[in-house]
Amino acid sequence: MSTTLTPAPAAPTGTPARAPRTDLTRPPFGRLVRVEARKTFDTRAGLWLSASIVVLAVLATGAVIAFAPDEALTYEQFASAIGIPMAVILPMLAILSITSEWSQRSGLATFTMVPSRGRVIAAKAVVSLLVGVVSMVVALGVGALGTLVGSLLTGLDPVWDVSPSEFASLGVANLLGMAVGFMLGVLLRSSPAAIVGYFVFTFVVPTLSMTLAAFQDRWADAQPWADFGYAQTALFDGWPDGEQWAQLGVSSLPWLVLPMLVGLWLVTRSEVK
Amino acid sequence: MIDVTALTKTYGAHRAVDDLTFTARPGRVTGFLGPNGAGKSTAMRMMVGLTPPTSGTATVCGRRFADLPNPPREVGVLLDASAQHAGRTGREILTIAARTIGLPISRVGESLEQVSLTATEADRRVRHYSLGMRQRLGIAAALIGDPDVLILDEPANGLDPAGIRWMRDVLRGFSQRGGTVLLSSHLLGEIEVVADDIVVIGHGRIVAQGTKAELLAGAGTFVVPADPADAATLVRACTDAGVEVVRDSDGGLRVEAEAPAVGRLAHRADVPLAQLRAADGAGLEEMFLQLTADTQRETPAPLRGAAA
Repeated sequence: MSTTLTPAPAAPTGTPARAPRTDLTRPPFGRLVRVEARKTFDTRAGLWLSASIVVLAVLATGAVIAFAPDEALTYEQFASAIGIPMAVILPMLAILSITSEWSQRSGLATFTMVPSRGRVIAAKAVVSLLVGVVSMVVALGVGALGTLVGSLLTGLDPVWDVSPSEFASLGVANLLGMAVGFMLGVLLRSSPAAIVGYFVFTFVVPTLSMTLAAFQDRWADAQPWADFGYAQTALFDGWPDGEQWAQLGVSSLPWLVLPMLVGLWLVTRSEVK
Repeated sequence: MIDVTALTKTYGAHRAVDDLTFTARPGRVTGFLGPNGAGKSTAMRMMVGLTPPTSGTATVCGRRFADLPNPPREVGVLLDASAQHAGRTGREILTIAARTIGLPISRVGESLEQVSLTATEADRRVRHYSLGMRQRLGIAAALIGDPDVLILDEPANGLDPAGIRWMRDVLRGFSQRGGTVLLSSHLLGEIEVVADDIVVIGHGRIVAQGTKAELLAGAGTFVVPADPADAATLVRACTDAGVEVVRDSDGGLRVEAEAPAVGRLAHRADVPLAQLRAADGAGLEEMFLQLTADTQRETPAPLRGAAA
């Protein structure tokens, strides 16, 4: 360590040693969003997961036309048939956008390029939101197409029996599903754990809660306010009223908001290996 | 310039990195040498903000890494060449980097060229890359922002001899243009061929640091008498002169003195020599082996000729 450095002679390429850079700015948020959007679709897994939304929407539409009785070929029928696969795939997309950075270890590169992890996670959230909204619009279109094709085949008038407010509340339900996926992603930071967690969250917990409510009056009374899954069922019966929104808000605190905050804190603090 | 001051990381009772202080200077390649599990990777992750330190600080280009506005433009980092989404192509990984940093896409081709990855290789998914190709890709990603500092964890791992030579030339060239290079290795040979300065770490602590010349000078001189029977005479001559000497298993002697002094000693003792040369890194190697073998030692072995 005794040698003090004399600036090295210029290499053949002639690049001189540089002064500290002052011209650098941190990457704007829009750029991070575009990069994260690219990362959502640039792997086979991501591409097919996204494509499967469209593919399954078309398959579901085809199945409704093929198997449903003629008079049941209403828009609502198509919408719910398409909605079921979407409600599963969209949260998976949200989960993987977070957890792949850990499971595939690409986070080592991502978070050294952009050390403010919160901004990366926020960019991922924006991408998930956009993918969710776009998928729902696509699903709407595929459902409408199905309704028209159905009416052509049966000779009956197309039945448009889904109101805009019903669409909106279904949209909110899907976005909440994605938010839950996102929350599990930041909380667990592991693809298999978060995916299993999601199914526990959406299928096991509601069943347990229902069973508990059947035996315990106090839980049955508290359920609309304390059971997030239960509160969300309101979204599938048209636009919720004020009390139902309040129940959604209150029940989301322990099930979504709090774990999300813990998860975000963990993401910014935890070690990336 | 990388400045590490009293950097410490504990996991429960285990001190993975213990009071690490050193500086990696511009225009020089600093080798970060230590056996597996010595804390090199943990220390490097702390330098780039991936692991929060328990105490101490690390700055790169005068700032905490996390405070750098656009780190890849100042610091190229390669921590683990395999830590990439296996389903992306090499080109895609560099494209993501270029986009994130805000560089023109033309930089992707340039940095692929810098590491001699062909277009066909670049379009293959990383899953199908050999470790050597991953290392090249990792170097490309580190270089893409045209940084002033490189932090590389075991970059020579998995490279064939030609690849190691290539890596050495890349790092040499980078430091000769005024860049700072910190690279780690658990192999003395790898560090020896490229580093100007060496920091040796064991059990999380620095056990030796200095310029390569200083550390290797400590190795002394290797000498072989022409007639094996003269070995004892030479040993006596050395001890009489107050110079430490160790007998080698195959008839040679390692003398703790510079070659000219040993030559004179042998001449005075009237011992003809078959060989007389600087003992290349044997001192460092010995210390390093001891470090690897001896896990109980709390106080590191004193290193001859170097400020620990």
